[in-house]
Amino acid sequence: MAIESDLIRADMVEAIEFPHLANTYHVYGVPRSIFNETVYVEGAVPEPMFLEKLLEAAE
Amino acid sequence: MPLIGPKDADFLKKEFADKLVAPVRLVMFTQEFECQYCRETRQLVEEIAALSDKIDAEVYDFVTDKEKADEYNVDKIPAIAVLGAKDYGVRFYGIPSGYEFTSLIEDIIAVSEGDSGLAAPTREAIAQLTQPVHIQVFITPT
Repeated sequence: MAIESDLIRADMVEAIEFPHLANTYHVYGVPRSIFNETVYVEGAVPEPMFLEKLLEAAE
Repeated sequence: MPLIGPKDADFLKKEFADKLVAPVRLVMFTQEFECQYCRETRQLVEEIAALSDKIDAEVYDFVTDKEKADEYNVDKIPAIAVLGAKDYGVRFYGIPSGYEFTSLIEDIIAVSEGDSGLAAPTREAIAQLTQPVHIQVFITPT
């Protein structure tokens, strides 16, 4: 999605190396995707659901 | 000792030869000490770059090259910024091992093609965006 839009940037973050971040974002199970630090989704979700969460965070 | 085995290296060489379009820069930020997987990540990045003429590795020090880190919006290490014809905002933080290695390779190819591979409805929805979105995907090595 980052490639699709100049407004989107995407990070892959390895939770074990950054435990303080994993704590901050309450990462217990992975993958856990966080959009604009406010919207969360757990698991490897299908594209439309991922998009829905992204749009939610953009409001 | 190489991190990428010979069979995988051959496979990747072929993948890159077949699929890469624009050149890709793997811009990596690391430091000499106090960083758990920096050395391995750097080795991995350099091994990947060696598999294709179209991939270049640039390694910077997070502390002494702070300006560069700020330029690329990098705030933790090890960090890999995957850049193609432009900076699409794709970053990997931590060592990309296991499944994430596949993600890194796929991203290298996608960035090189300049194409997200997303479905048409998704692209249309994203085109309507007016606010920036920062996505962080937390993973663990598998």
